[in-house]
Amino acid sequence: MSKVVAAAVMRGTQSVFKQAESILNKAIEEKSESTKVGFPETAFYFPMANALLAEEVKTLGDAKKILEHARTLLPRELPQDKVWLPYLGDVLDSGIATLLCEEIIMALRYLSGEEPQADCNGFFSDTVLRSLGLQLVDGRMPGFAAILGAAPDNKTAVEIVRQLQERSILIFAGSSSNGRSIIDQLKEENVAMGWDNYIVPYGRDTLSAIYPLNWAIRSTLTFGGLKAGQAQKCLLYCKERVFAFGLALGPLDDIKYATGAGAIAMGFPVIADTDIPEIRPTGVAGYEALVKEKDHSKIVPVGIEIRGIKIKVSKIPIPVLYGAAFEGERVRREQVYVEFGSKFSASFEFLRMKDSDKIEDDKVELIGPDIEAVEKQSKRIMPLGIVVEVAGRKMQKDFEPILERQIHRYINGAMGVMHIGQRDMNWIRISKETAAKGFKLKHLAVIIRAKILEEYGAIVDKVQTKIYTKEEDVEKFSKVANDSYNERDERLGGMTDESVEVFYSCALCQSFAPNHVCIVTPERLGLCGGYSWLDTKASFEILPSGPNQPIEKGQCLDEKSGIYKNVNEFIYQKSNKSVESVSMYSFINSPQTSCGCFECIVAIMPEANGVIVVNRDYTGMTPIGMTFTTLAGSVGGGVQTPGFLGVGKLYLISKKFISAEGGLRRVVWMPKELKEALGEKLKKRCEAEIDAGFYEKIADETQATTSEQLLEVLNKASHPALTLPPLM
Amino acid sequence: MSKIEQKSIDLASQEMLKKAQAEGLNTCWDRVDSMQPQCGFGQLGVCCTVCNMGPCRIDPFGEGPECGVCGATADTIAARNLARKIAVGGSAHSDHGRDVANTLLMTAKHGGQDKAKGSHSHDYDITDENKLKKVAQEIGLEIKGKDKFELAKEVGELMLGEFGKQKGELLFINRAPKKRQEIWRKLGIVPRGIDREVVELLHTTTMGVDNEYRNLMLTGMRCALADGWGGSMIATDLQDILLGKPVPIRSKVNLGVLKEDEVNVVVHGHEPVLSEMAVKASRDPELLKLAKEKGANGINLAGICCTANEVLMRQGVPVAGNFLQQELAIITGAVEVMMVDVQCIMPALEQLASCFHTKLITTSPKARFPGVKHIQFTEEKAYAVSKQIIREAIDNYPNRIKEKVNIPKQTMDLVAGFTKEVVFQILGGTYRASYRPLNEGIISGRLRGVAGVVGCNNPKQTHDLFHVELVKELMKKDVLVLQTGCSAIACAKAGFLVPEAAKQYAGRGLQEICDAVGIPPVLHLGSCVDNSRILTAACEIIKEGGLGEDLSDIPAAGAAPEWMSEKAITIGFYFVASGVYTVFGADPFSVFGSKNLTEYLTNGIEKDVGGKFAFSDNPQEMAKLMIEHIDNKRKALNLKPAMYA
Repeated sequence: MSKVVAAAVMRGTQSVFKQAESILNKAIEEKSESTKVGFPETAFYFPMANALLAEEVKTLGDAKKILEHARTLLPRELPQDKVWLPYLGDVLDSGIATLLCEEIIMALRYLSGEEPQADCNGFFSDTVLRSLGLQLVDGRMPGFAAILGAAPDNKTAVEIVRQLQERSILIFAGSSSNGRSIIDQLKEENVAMGWDNYIVPYGRDTLSAIYPLNWAIRSTLTFGGLKAGQAQKCLLYCKERVFAFGLALGPLDDIKYATGAGAIAMGFPVIADTDIPEIRPTGVAGYEALVKEKDHSKIVPVGIEIRGIKIKVSKIPIPVLYGAAFEGERVRREQVYVEFGSKFSASFEFLRMKDSDKIEDDKVELIGPDIEAVEKQSKRIMPLGIVVEVAGRKMQKDFEPILERQIHRYINGAMGVMHIGQRDMNWIRISKETAAKGFKLKHLAVIIRAKILEEYGAIVDKVQTKIYTKEEDVEKFSKVANDSYNERDERLGGMTDESVEVFYSCALCQSFAPNHVCIVTPERLGLCGGYSWLDTKASFEILPSGPNQPIEKGQCLDEKSGIYKNVNEFIYQKSNKSVESVSMYSFINSPQTSCGCFECIVAIMPEANGVIVVNRDYTGMTPIGMTFTTLAGSVGGGVQTPGFLGVGKLYLISKKFISAEGGLRRVVWMPKELKEALGEKLKKRCEAEIDAGFYEKIADETQATTSEQLLEVLNKASHPALTLPPLM
Repeated sequence: MSKIEQKSIDLASQEMLKKAQAEGLNTCWDRVDSMQPQCGFGQLGVCCTVCNMGPCRIDPFGEGPECGVCGATADTIAARNLARKIAVGGSAHSDHGRDVANTLLMTAKHGGQDKAKGSHSHDYDITDENKLKKVAQEIGLEIKGKDKFELAKEVGELMLGEFGKQKGELLFINRAPKKRQEIWRKLGIVPRGIDREVVELLHTTTMGVDNEYRNLMLTGMRCALADGWGGSMIATDLQDILLGKPVPIRSKVNLGVLKEDEVNVVVHGHEPVLSEMAVKASRDPELLKLAKEKGANGINLAGICCTANEVLMRQGVPVAGNFLQQELAIITGAVEVMMVDVQCIMPALEQLASCFHTKLITTSPKARFPGVKHIQFTEEKAYAVSKQIIREAIDNYPNRIKEKVNIPKQTMDLVAGFTKEVVFQILGGTYRASYRPLNEGIISGRLRGVAGVVGCNNPKQTHDLFHVELVKELMKKDVLVLQTGCSAIACAKAGFLVPEAAKQYAGRGLQEICDAVGIPPVLHLGSCVDNSRILTAACEIIKEGGLGEDLSDIPAAGAAPEWMSEKAITIGFYFVASGVYTVFGADPFSVFGSKNLTEYLTNGIEKDVGGKFAFSDNPQEMAKLMIEHIDNKRKALNLKPAMYA
């Protein structure tokens, strides 16, 4: 009966409120109202309070305002035994009050150095959210599960997270029940944790469950185009677009109920493995709000069902688990059964198309010994050549590199198999555990074929694979492959915006940024870095009604900025009539909008008459006085912000990089790591467009992190931007 | 109808009827008996007294005159008679609304003056500033930079203007779904001004004007809409602004709420503007002290009829009973004062009160009784007048005759205070305020649909039986019931308005919803002008989405099972004209003498406005008709059948 739940929620809220009140008062007493308080690496202050109340909490005094607001949300009375008053509204208010108070408590713990807890992530940064953006929308990461408590035993704990991992659901693990935390259960079982493994431990108490929740609420501001203070819209955005659910393992106490009510107010259902009263009527969450499932083998499917998560499970016939959650897993040296490539042996992977009659689907040939050969060797190293041959009526030569690039992700999805790099620079490791389960080289081919047919079935009908493990074969075919790589690079390098008649749209992110559309051209890839023009072209072939649509360029309205009539008409319709015109090459005149998952931000620096570029991994300060996260706050959400542009890294080395404003020579600063990542390619572009010395003239954070410092450096170096026509 | 059990199903009422019988006191049940057989021509609606060529009457058997002296047929006569009742019912609600608008304006004026003086001299205040702002915005007023008194003045003036408006459309028409507005416009029945529609309708019914029954009914609907979307809606909204928006609240109901050891003051009638002040006065320390001096342990205010519902919704004042219990309250011998305002006050009270120490006090210049003490209520001196009335009651307490006091034991708990606005809060709290869970409840089939069960009592029927049996059946079939007026009081006495009732009476789906939200299966929305709350709640359902585009698409039905007042007819018409299938109990509207008119009301009218009437004198059958209709609407929306049917 829900009244029991309502009473527990309200008691929990009162208790969390009292805790927040007492430690906040104590902190103010010991320090002062003006003492700074906040979470690391976020532009959203106390994110929950920021999203719901538009408050920018910077000090203990500001936090007090939040506490006072939470006080107004406390229930008038606890549900009485008889003639009770309606409680659902109070339960939801209590839930929100709990989240606001938990945020205060956690921030104060940061202030006193108690967070993050041992082995835990603590507060989730804005950067993680942005970098996961693409995976969230393209189905690779179909949802989130927050686990609270502990499974009845370690084995069950591992089984539950494996079930989630196999479905590529990101797991937030934490809280405790009966003094045990799922975090320790997984640790004891040596389960690899961390963002790359899709298991993020947040903290061992229930209060720290605010981390995944105040992370989720930020997606409304970064991607949803919502403004701080649009409380109801933010909560509804979470309900409709953030596919999260809670798994409460072990007995529920009042605090868990109260936190759960907060989750439910955000539209996230909770599934418990104990005998709790259910709340099945729908409307607050997408489907049922609170349900029980005592069978641990069913708890994950139940969660997926009541959250309405759509999952494509690839059942691949290999002897180990397979899923995107294993993509980031490392096979450490001591775990290696066998490894190929890197500096240790010759290794390459190569994919090419052939005529259909030359290919026998599902054929795998292993030419040479299989992995057990290493048993007799002193070193666990073997040469490897993987040649994948595909055929399909709609297959085009241009799609070869796209398919080939997927091999990295495909192979990585197998548990205990690690893949790094591409082409003839790859590096593959297979773990002892995986080998012991019967994994053989042919399974690499099995994975590649199954995934290609699953994801590219519209263009590929047949796949056959040859695997070479003899030194001489590898060397021989590596040369063939190399010729092909070079030919491809040349063709791609020669492809310009002028050489094609169509651009492609990318509306993949509209599931969470409803007004945003990317326009992808040969010389400007998508801002997430994940979609080149060829990718979008292939994607259109695969799914003609999908997120990538061809746009005939048609009449050019402004050659310099790259504004096309057809593109404008398209964008106006697809942006829900919020954007009337976009340019391809300008960051001032009708710049393209951003969803929020851009790799870099190009930002105007008027005093330098140029731009800075900052990548999302850079957490330090920039010379324009804003960190990446702060800058990102004003760029995302499908809004045009002249002077600011979200871009993919590789756009920086395109000839069309902000060409309307003078191109690369406008770049006055970028973080060192970005500069180095672009390395030789950037140097070449500098040389081609300006001169060989220009590369050095782009300053980085070791030279300047303030406007004054930077101007001094630029003047000293006679940076060309200073003499260009004024930007404004 | 002779046996007491056939007169009322309510045990407290039965006890008082026994006492009345034993002491030879005359009640409406006796009078209805002595009135038998009632006039057949009147019942069929074929008696015409419009002009002095008559009275005329049409022979229903086709053997005598087939038309009146002027040539009016049974169709014309029945339609004109019915139209006049619509006009009268509408005028009652709307006049009520006008008085509230005037009080709001007065409050705004005094408030403004007081602000300038820095003192507080007036009895009323703008209690719900949020709702004031919301309403102001809805009717197109700029709210920025205005204090509540300035804004209240503008709102009050615009609202008062609605009564005398001559052209255009009533402002609240905009609240209806677009599709509904278009239906009205196409038929030309969008009300222009509230008073104008009453006058025009009356005009069309005079000798030699409108002779076409459908046209008379269309004019009638325009007048009824001017009540539902005009006068009544203005009354509800301005009362909320002035006296506070109701929120869920506990109270008790039935004659047992009268106290042996306290001064009992019963407020009866329809308008809360005075009775709210009486509530305040009953808590006045000076008067409480006086009561103590007279030997009473306190001042107990209780309500009858819609005044009761008004002070229940906002103040939690207990309800002594519904319409048919007004005489019975006096028969307890424990009522010091029954203060009455307007509407539904039986003239017989004066005679009955004289058998006890009870003082009947009239307060409205519109409603006087011969020989009854009148203390005129004016908004300017509201609190003073209220105190004077309470003082009369206290002074009368020593006159109570102990031997004549019999207060029945029966009381029942209830939760009231549900409104269009409250639904947002109880379903979603502050930040998820929404009708979504309600709509989802209907879409998923946990709720089969929604029913409005409203209206009066009528001694021609067993008191409360029709309300209670109908609502019981609806609950069982997973229909969420919204109630107002004396119908709500009937079901409250039966114990349907407590959350516990869900488990006892509701079907599984309704139970699940009640359990999730913490509500009773039957929601009390207030007085009979508050039927406007049902309309606005229905608009919110459409706005929330998933249940069609027009009010007539919602799986919903209405009923007035024990109606007696002309106001009930008007309410019925504005619901039907808004697209709602509406079942009336007791006798049909005195229209059976005209086959054409009856056919139009129960069938043809649906093509015009999407709603229609049905008549039934059996609560089980009423439930069946309503549920069939709801199921048909579910089908039309392509919804699955009820989840646990």
